Amino acid sequence: MSVTSTDPQLAGPRTDEAEEAPTSALGRLLRDPGRAWSYVGIPLIVLGSWFAVYRWVSGLELDSIEQRWLNAERVTRSVVEHIQLSLIATLFVVGIAVPLGIMLTRPFARRLTPIFIGIANIGQAIPSVGLLFFLALPALLGIGPRTAVVGIVAYCLLPVLRNTMVGLDQVDDKLIEAGRGMGLTTGSVLLRIELPLAVPVILAGIRTALILTVGTMVLATFINAGGLGDIINGGIVNNRTPILLTGAVLTAGLALLIDWLAGIAQEVLRPRGL
Amino acid sequence: MEFMIQLEKLTKRFPGQMAVDEVSMDIPEGEIVVFVGPSGCGKTTTLKMINRLIEPTSGSIFIDGEDVTHMNPDKLRRRIGYVIQQIGLFPHQTIATNIATVPRALKWDKDRIAARVDELLELVGMDPDVYRDRYPKELSGGQNQRIGVARALAADPAVMLMDEPFGAVDPITRERLQSEFLRLQDEVQKTICFVTHDVDEAIKMGDRIAIFGDDHKIQQFDRPETILSNPENEFVEDFLGSGAALKRLHLRRVRDVDLTSWPAASLDEGRDSLRRKLEEAEGYSFLLLVDDRGRPSRWVSSRDLDRSGEDMSDRGLPAAALVEPQGTLHDALDEMITSNVGCAIVVDKQGVYQGVVDIDTVMTAVNTLREELRGRLAVGSWHAVPSEAVEEARS
Repeated sequence: MSVTSTDPQLAGPRTDEAEEAPTSALGRLLRDPGRAWSYVGIPLIVLGSWFAVYRWVSGLELDSIEQRWLNAERVTRSVVEHIQLSLIATLFVVGIAVPLGIMLTRPFARRLTPIFIGIANIGQAIPSVGLLFFLALPALLGIGPRTAVVGIVAYCLLPVLRNTMVGLDQVDDKLIEAGRGMGLTTGSVLLRIELPLAVPVILAGIRTALILTVGTMVLATFINAGGLGDIINGGIVNNRTPILLTGAVLTAGLALLIDWLAGIAQEVLRPRGL
Repeated sequence: MEFMIQLEKLTKRFPGQMAVDEVSMDIPEGEIVVFVGPSGCGKTTTLKMINRLIEPTSGSIFIDGEDVTHMNPDKLRRRIGYVIQQIGLFPHQTIATNIATVPRALKWDKDRIAARVDELLELVGMDPDVYRDRYPKELSGGQNQRIGVARALAADPAVMLMDEPFGAVDPITRERLQSEFLRLQDEVQKTICFVTHDVDEAIKMGDRIAIFGDDHKIQQFDRPETILSNPENEFVEDFLGSGAALKRLHLRRVRDVDLTSWPAASLDEGRDSLRRKLEEAEGYSFLLLVDDRGRPSRWVSSRDLDRSGEDMSDRGLPAAALVEPQGTLHDALDEMITSNVGCAIVVDKQGVYQGVVDIDTVMTAVNTLREELRGRLAVGSWHAVPSEAVEEARS
């Protein structure tokens, strides 16, 4: 290592240690076998359990009710619906909660913070089934996918909103002062300093919201909005364990897979240098 | 004299509390002015009003003759370098990106920014190829501090504001960074406002010092030597502490005083020759022995020389207490007190013996300093100080 500094104290031994620290996400993973295992393990477990259920169901002699539920077309449709509903809901959650969180951490809107946090709290505090049924009243939104998305968005807003605010609040005031003091505009400080530094916390909130959404979206079936809830509920109503189990394992696996993807995204998007 | 920064009755009143009370100050171009005072005296508030991080309640600020009191603050700040406590490097950006903050805000093109970043890294003594793409956490505190200074210099501002920039590093590193910064300032010649609560730092760094009082006003604004020898009031005297005379020794470098030449001889000169030399040197009870490269090695007395044998390398006392020419008389005095013989040995960069500083040298220097100051005070306020005196105080 060539250091021009003639000053051993300042050139410091810390730099050597830092040289080893891999800065790429992949490098970080490879260095930690335990972590690497969890990244490969989760999809293996999910795919394994899906395959096991598939093998088990294929070996059964299905009666007419079971055949009506457990066919490729029906299951695929439910899975696709479920993913669509969840993604749309999450997009709305992020689209509403992140800008709202940014706004509420600006000095001019500080006073409004308790109001919005209060509303988001109510959204999460009301049992999600109750919220969905309430919204589905004919006088309000009626039944259907739109209502499901609105209800789930209300339910999942809080973690993203709160994490956005916490993430922005924890950015060291000194850094903001340094940025402002050098002539960066408030917008530049937000974009270049505050948001990048808040990204890990915001992403953690989005990850929580994603899992909440995928899990809660099962309830959409009760207001005729489709999704994997259809299959689970079909199993319960018809008293058929294979149907119920297929729906449950698919939902759980889907939640795990999405959490896994979100985890990878978190790792990749995390700002370097922290 | 050209004034780079002028403050006119600058006042800041926070709700229910006075922070800065009608501070007026003219800061000459190319000088370091240190704001010093107890906490809550308004020194930092004054600094932050210059780049309008804090908007003044009343009063005006002029930079290079231009009234900037109501100018767009973002544009103003891009013209003013800013270094804060704890440095404030952005942890998620590389060193190069950090340094490029202001040039990017000024929309310089990429090549110009890259060239400037490398130039600045060289300027603060760090190899661009090694450090450009590192992150702040991969650097030591001292290195980060240098990057903080480089970042503030990025767009070559005429004015720099520094808010306790060396507060977060250990004392040894701080001392070194201070000296380094003074050397850098000789090169870049910026007009600098520097806030500290450390009187010693103020004396070392400041061409002028502004002492703020508990009443949020400036108690005294003058050259360090004048403040030390002639404190305006009781507050200043108290604030400087009892060691004002001692602190004045910070203002003189070893290279500026006449060294005493102590009788010296070579280690391998032979016992008889050494004894003769010591006898010839009247009034000296020790002889300084230097090694074959001229570096001080041992102090020997006549008793040590009476012992038989020719090997002198472990006779007498080790020649410790060394100072270099750029050290201050304060450093020399410190060494002197711990020395066996009562004087500090001056050596050059290679460690070669140059002479010694003893207590008489220090006393003479103190006396000349005092006389110089008397002469200067008789002439009048600091406005009248000739530039040669400025040079002298700086060196």
